[in-house]
Amino acid sequence: MTNPLQDVLKSGVIVVTGTNTTANHPIIANYIHEAVTKHGAKLIVIDPRRIKLVDLSHLWLRPRVGTNVAWINGLMHVIIRDNLQAQAYIDSRTTGFEELKKSVVRYAPDYVSGITGIPPQDIEAAARLFATQGPGSILYAMGITQHTTGTNNVKCLAALSMLCGYVGVEGGGVNPLRGQNNVQGACDMGGLPNVFTGYQTVTDEAVREKFAKAWNVGKLPGKVGMTVTEMTATGGKDIKALYIMGENPLLSDADVHHVEKNLAALDFLVVQDIFLTETARLADVVLPGACFAEKDGTFTNTERKVLRVRKALDAPGEAWDDARIITALARKMGYEMDYAGASAVMEEINALTPSYGGITYERLEQGGLTWPCPTADHPGTPILHTHKFTRGEGVFFPIEYEPSAELPDAEYPFVLTTGRVYEHYHTGTMTRKGNALNRLYPEALAEINSEDAKGLGISSGDYIHIVSRRGKLKIKASVSGMTDRGVAFVPFHFYESTVNELTNSALDPVSKIPELKICAIKIEKAA
Amino acid sequence: MSMVKLTIDGRQIESAPGTTILQAARSAGIQIPTLCYHERLNPIVSCGMCVVEVAGFDEPVESCATPVAEGMEVVTTSENLSVLRAGSLKRLLSRHPLDCPICDKAGECRLQDLVFEYGVMAEGYEAPPKPREKVYATPLIKYWPDRCVLCLRCVTACREIKGACALDVTENEGQRELVFYPDKCVSCGECLQLCPVGALTENVSAMKGRSFLVKKVPTTCTYCGCGCQMELHVADNRVVNVTGRDDPGVNQSSLCVKGRFGYEFISSNQRLTRPLVKKNGAFEETDWDEALRLVARRFAQVKTESGADAIGGFASARCTNEDNYLFQKFMRAVIGTNNVDHCARL
Ligand code: SF4
Repeated sequence: MTNPLQDVLKSGVIVVTGTNTTANHPIIANYIHEAVTKHGAKLIVIDPRRIKLVDLSHLWLRPRVGTNVAWINGLMHVIIRDNLQAQAYIDSRTTGFEELKKSVVRYAPDYVSGITGIPPQDIEAAARLFATQGPGSILYAMGITQHTTGTNNVKCLAALSMLCGYVGVEGGGVNPLRGQNNVQGACDMGGLPNVFTGYQTVTDEAVREKFAKAWNVGKLPGKVGMTVTEMTATGGKDIKALYIMGENPLLSDADVHHVEKNLAALDFLVVQDIFLTETARLADVVLPGACFAEKDGTFTNTERKVLRVRKALDAPGEAWDDARIITALARKMGYEMDYAGASAVMEEINALTPSYGGITYERLEQGGLTWPCPTADHPGTPILHTHKFTRGEGVFFPIEYEPSAELPDAEYPFVLTTGRVYEHYHTGTMTRKGNALNRLYPEALAEINSEDAKGLGISSGDYIHIVSRRGKLKIKASVSGMTDRGVAFVPFHFYESTVNELTNSALDPVSKIPELKICAIKIEKAA
Repeated sequence: MSMVKLTIDGRQIESAPGTTILQAARSAGIQIPTLCYHERLNPIVSCGMCVVEVAGFDEPVESCATPVAEGMEVVTTSENLSVLRAGSLKRLLSRHPLDCPICDKAGECRLQDLVFEYGVMAEGYEAPPKPREKVYATPLIKYWPDRCVLCLRCVTACREIKGACALDVTENEGQRELVFYPDKCVSCGECLQLCPVGALTENVSAMKGRSFLVKKVPTTCTYCGCGCQMELHVADNRVVNVTGRDDPGVNQSSLCVKGRFGYEFISSNQRLTRPLVKKNGAFEETDWDEALRLVARRFAQVKTESGADAIGGFASARCTNEDNYLFQKFMRAVIGTNNVDHCARL
């Protein structure tokens, strides 16, 4: 996020898109509720699902799944047409405005309405509200990114925000809501194929030398590595061995049949986890790790704030915390790796990572710190880009709408979209282990639109088959107005109803995110 | 914005217009007792504890709901106020059993603390012939209607913070009591967190610990990216309760159903407790030395035969920064590849 969680309390207008915030980021939904009811903010929900926040909204736009670029361009079209853009901000802080202006000319409300299904007057109203009631904050999640056009969607949202002068101001910003507790931290720490910690690139020789020296090795590899999706795709071919720590791609990845085949084809698979997950079952060696309550460390939340995790109890049996496992394995492989606890690891991170330079355990005792925080006396940076953009000037990228990779047709007439429910988390490895949450949401339910259900002769509680080009799933139906006509929603937490057997693994060319949010399906009532 | 000047207990204080007397006093370090008041909620004005005297007013006023005014003179402690507060407490006690020995909340109960401070005794309280039904809006929380002092924090929080409106008050045979709308409840436990007495208690842990005997460890939630600050209550190497921690910057003590009630997995009997090695298609338990030796040998073998780039590693969005740092260091420095990534995209 460019701005802190609570910043919506200072927003004049909030756009929520591609996030069922109430279910997946409940605390942020609390703040949105307070912003609207106590501080008079205007709320615009732009989402194909009738999420809970729609009840609170002033305006709800329901685009067809996968038409994000079209409606965003539509809003920008109206803003520029009516001269509502923040011209002074644009002139002093950005480039590419003229190109953008040219490219959105085509996206008049009528044209956009044809693509998205949103009535033209709603596009007009949303554009005016967003441009005139600032500062405006945009919150988005996987509904924006899990598309083959995900990167374009994000660039478009950034352009919309810059157009109104909302990037770098309180109550504004473009704010991705990160789904997992430490996605942000895993990226910051160099858990990515192209960068070391703090996004220092592996292709930069000076950077490699710095790390090689600190790590006491002669040379570090300079070739950008493979992504998760690429590694699983080449399992058994280019990739012979995999070491998987605390992830369960067999449930979370797109088109899991394929993933399973490739993991099985590996010469050697090691999985380190707290449970025998679906992925761990395929492993040659399983290493028992410790959960968050059993170790010291830090997580970095979605607002880039580094927060302490503290050991509260001992791990069960002979389970070890992950740091102990990794260091012991390194020593077995002849590399000296030894630390006097998590704070010593953080000291090494501080020394090698400018944006984490001042984030020490001593300071974290007083509360979280938001990076960039380069030095011991730096207060942290809750809002990014306040004076200028990190890369100098903000760039407007003109982007054209492109349809999703797989659209409904005569044989597969419905759209399938996936996500999470409030009561469960990711692949259910943790939330489904106890009684509490299972009692509230015991089994997977496919949300079907009531009109569609009528046509198919389905009522709530009936079993249905959902079939895509890649697989078939039997699941219970829940009939409501939550999804639009022609759309079904299935959560991916449930191993016995693995919806990712159906999803499309087509990737966004830049981010390599699979198009989990849309594929074509047919729906049949099960006998 | 020009500041309002007033005196509280003889001290000169400046506050922003619109501030209440209570807020002004607190920011000057002057304590006024409260029970129903909560920083995040609009004033509820149900308990009568925060009364103060204001020069020129005939009657004491509730400081939580009275804005400061220029030249105001406020007194927060006097014999008269003590009598009034003790009276309010007695009124609360007249509908509250003193079943502290079996109450989860004993030791951190606001009512217990105030009663202790003011030394009042219950008068005229008659325990109901049999304890009333304990049905609540969600099965994850137990409701003890006899203990409820109708401070209405829960009702207010459910409406103002969550917007869920799953709780309300109604009158039943002249008695005011809570009503619940289970279909609106999202089991977030905000009501539980804010209940100042033991009228709402958590109903997940089979084991309970006395509040003063459990170890409370401040930490960060392990589920979504909000990073809620929480306290794990630990007894006997088990988590028996989770409460929100008042971090003004993150969650202001709110949690959701996952963070507050989703802790059973920690002590699940399905946790892995020993390294496993697959032999002839089936897992066998082994010790660390053998397991790590095997992994090291196989990685080294693949590296020699097919090169370092034939090995890949998945770091984890679930693990700590330190774990992830070490993991990518291992892949890059020890294995010698940049094939390291995690499921950020899923
Ligand atoms: S308590 Fe809920 S909202 Fe807060 S971090 Fe945990 S899962 Fe997210």
